[in-house]
Amino acid sequence: MKHLIIFSFYLIGGQVLFAQQDSLFVARDTTNLERIIVVAERKLSNYRQEKTLSSIDVFLEKSNKVTMIKRGNYAWEPAMNNMTSDRLNVTIDGMQIFGACTDKMDPITSYVDVSNLEQATINSGQEGTENGHCIGGGIDLQISQSKFNGSGLKTNADLGYETNGNYRIAGLDFEYSGSKFYIATDGIFRKSDNYIAGGNEEVRYSQFQKYNISLQGGYKLSNNHTLETNIIYDKATDVGYPALPMDVSLAEAFIASASHRYKNESTFIKSLETKLYLNTITHIMDDSKRPDVPIRMDMPGWSDTYGFYTKARVKANNHNISANLNGYYNRSLAEMTMFSNNPNEPDMFMYTWPDVRTLYSGIYVKDRIAISERETVSANIRFGYHKNRIANEVGLNSLRIFYPDLQDTQTRFLKSVSADYGFKNQNIDASIGLGYGERAPSVSEGYGFFLFNSFDRYDYIGNPNLKNEKALEFNARTNHKFNTFSLGLETSFFHISDYIIGEINPSISPMTIGANGVRVYDALNYANIFNIYLNSNIALTKTIGFNSSIGYNHGSGSNKKNLPLIKPFSYLAEVNYNKPKFNAALQLEGNGNQSKYSPFYGENETPAYAILNVNFGNIVYFKTTNVIFKYGIENILDTNYSTFADWNNIPRQGRNFYINTSIKFL
Amino acid sequence: MKLKYIFTLLCITLFTISCSTEDVETPEEINEVEGLVNIKTIANDNHTIELYNEAGAFKTGYNNVTIRIKNNSDDSYIENANINWMPMMQMPSMQHSCPHSTISKVSNKKTLYTASVIYQMTNTDGSGWSLTFNYSIGSEEYSAKDTISVTQSEKQNVTSFMGSDETRYIVALIEPIKPSIGINDMMVGLYKMENMMSFPVVENFKIALDPRMPGMGNHSSPNNTDLSFNAIDTMYHADLSLTMTGYWVLNLKLMNAADELLKGEDITEQNEKSSLYLELEF
Repeated sequence: MKHLIIFSFYLIGGQVLFAQQDSLFVARDTTNLERIIVVAERKLSNYRQEKTLSSIDVFLEKSNKVTMIKRGNYAWEPAMNNMTSDRLNVTIDGMQIFGACTDKMDPITSYVDVSNLEQATINSGQEGTENGHCIGGGIDLQISQSKFNGSGLKTNADLGYETNGNYRIAGLDFEYSGSKFYIATDGIFRKSDNYIAGGNEEVRYSQFQKYNISLQGGYKLSNNHTLETNIIYDKATDVGYPALPMDVSLAEAFIASASHRYKNESTFIKSLETKLYLNTITHIMDDSKRPDVPIRMDMPGWSDTYGFYTKARVKANNHNISANLNGYYNRSLAEMTMFSNNPNEPDMFMYTWPDVRTLYSGIYVKDRIAISERETVSANIRFGYHKNRIANEVGLNSLRIFYPDLQDTQTRFLKSVSADYGFKNQNIDASIGLGYGERAPSVSEGYGFFLFNSFDRYDYIGNPNLKNEKALEFNARTNHKFNTFSLGLETSFFHISDYIIGEINPSISPMTIGANGVRVYDALNYANIFNIYLNSNIALTKTIGFNSSIGYNHGSGSNKKNLPLIKPFSYLAEVNYNKPKFNAALQLEGNGNQSKYSPFYGENETPAYAILNVNFGNIVYFKTTNVIFKYGIENILDTNYSTFADWNNIPRQGRNFYINTSIKFL
Repeated sequence: MKLKYIFTLLCITLFTISCSTEDVETPEEINEVEGLVNIKTIANDNHTIELYNEAGAFKTGYNNVTIRIKNNSDDSYIENANINWMPMMQMPSMQHSCPHSTISKVSNKKTLYTASVIYQMTNTDGSGWSLTFNYSIGSEEYSAKDTISVTQSEKQNVTSFMGSDETRYIVALIEPIKPSIGINDMMVGLYKMENMMSFPVVENFKIALDPRMPGMGNHSSPNNTDLSFNAIDTMYHADLSLTMTGYWVLNLKLMNAADELLKGEDITEQNEKSSLYLELEF
């Protein structure tokens, strides 16, 4: 897919793609990814990726299409085309995995680390349905490919430090690769204290600590058949959420998979991959570190998913067909216990997610047809069967307070179809596409029970009678190259029917002390979301380049109200300097005033801001090691600011000096 | 899934075993009070009156009581008694009774009789109440009397109050006995104090219901209904929604058949609790 946006993560030591010494630096130097994946550089502003050891969140944020909703300094929630996790399909190497927090404090991107991954594939809108249904798009965080390259033992070490928050990062990985067998393991540890916003303002409860370890192995049965397994264990403790009334004492994930891969370029089916997987998440929210709370509470949540997929690729004549048959079973359970301030009163308990079991199975087929040398047409469909069942009797009875006739089981049939046309020659690369897709309500939207949203300060009640949300989508993209100058324009428009959002129900009394009221999930007749980006790139000299990107987003509902969390006018400009062993970049990044904010959905107007960053990169070759340094200063002017995506306007980091070091032992 | 099968298997096994044992043993006497705990025995020369309920104790509020009369001479149980009773509270200067049902034979049981009683108050040491049984077996009349102990319930499950019509009423919570999260069937008894000894059921009044959690900023729950009179069991019934476990105050407002307010107030920001309320904890 041409709209496919791929960028490389953390390609330690170049690995398979980069065997030679000089390309090692290219892999490291994210400002020049053009040589890796030609399509990628233009799609994603890679020159913004100045830190090799940054979290996945930071990597994702560099994409134009993705913004990160921040509730603190950890576990940011990805939003794409101004739509958040409920409308996205986020997978880890095709595996479905669902956060266990009712307050979206654990987007699944927080359960993997850059050390686990090779790249993220970001597909906008209905092009993102390869692994599941979505409205806004799909993000697939891909684990590195097989490494049967016989290169023997490789070792890499990483160290990072940032002054703001006293942020420490250490990572180590080993890989042994034979021709029939490989095994790779890595670990990374991150710890940060409270960060400091501009003007020396400490943001309390913004600390975090996490480690992540993974093990990957593969065995080649024959030339065409391989077996592989991958295990990731991720554990975060003591994570503060300054924007929320609660913190997290534990966020733990165990993600495991086993797969079989068949590859043969001479047969009709070029590749066939089957994977079985499971993952289990435990998420414990607590408020024991907060001195003043109206009432103490514990809110643990659990999410377990078991699934499979079979992906096939067929090439025949000018057709390039890929198919994905997949299914999963998820169990989401969350509860809340409140401890009364009056010691004579018993604890108060409720199920906030009533043990919802979701069974999904579906099929996806995509065909990309080259109709001429310059033109391609592609189409994809996904059909799926989706079933929810409330397994907990008490939870079912809780919801029956609101829906007396509620049945424990509900089934849906979901459809998605899209097509696009692409044209490409030496100077022009353009595409135009149309899509239609549906999604089922998320567990919170369908079955949540008094979920407090600290953004608008309402308690939310799920609605099991919600219809499928449906989106009609149009997108267009063009990129023109004029000698040393290139100009790109991309835009997409979504008309979403039965747009799911909370509606105030004044007759229901809120549960949370101090809440403004209760919203019950309901649907607007429709909502429209539009975005447009203009990107430019100028090569001033062989070593000096200039990039810029400006964007505008708009979202409003059929109730004539603005939608919340819509990005205002934004811009980015960068001058960069590149030599084989050194690079540097100066960036200006900012947003305009958020004039189209949504007071109805709890937003206030976020003022305009602009910050300056500078970054440098070096590579040093020693006899036995290669060392890469990335260092720089973020928010040089120590501006105190927050963006539209900062939950409850928590200020972002002030001035920050950082250095990332990666050592490859030869 | 597996558990289900194991459980079924276990049930079948147990059932088979119990069948086989039953064949061997023939019980001499059916113990009809199984599962109940003795509260008190009140004896005279001829008989011993045994009182049972699930808790084995009387508490303030609504109590169910199962009664059995033993013939002292041969330890057999009387199956054809006609029993009347009168609970009585001895106060320093006066005495009074409380709302109580008539005693009737338990259907399907040979030796058991049942009744209910609502103790609206008690002394702190549980003293003060006595029960008098006047009963006939065939043409013979008997009587037995003794004091009983009634302990104070932790929560207010009964309240006695003066209405704006200058009548004293008693409201008692009967159900839910075991509240759960969700919509509970609520049953309340409403009685009028005609005099010290007579507490008839009040019919066709209306009791507005507003459950609240004081510990949660006086959080209320949706889809409750007001209590309305049911002529069949002469009790007041409503749907009671409980969104979570914990301590609940069931605020009430009593209206007569002409819809005139007799007791209780609406809950507002200023008025967190009605003067007429019951309590519940689970």
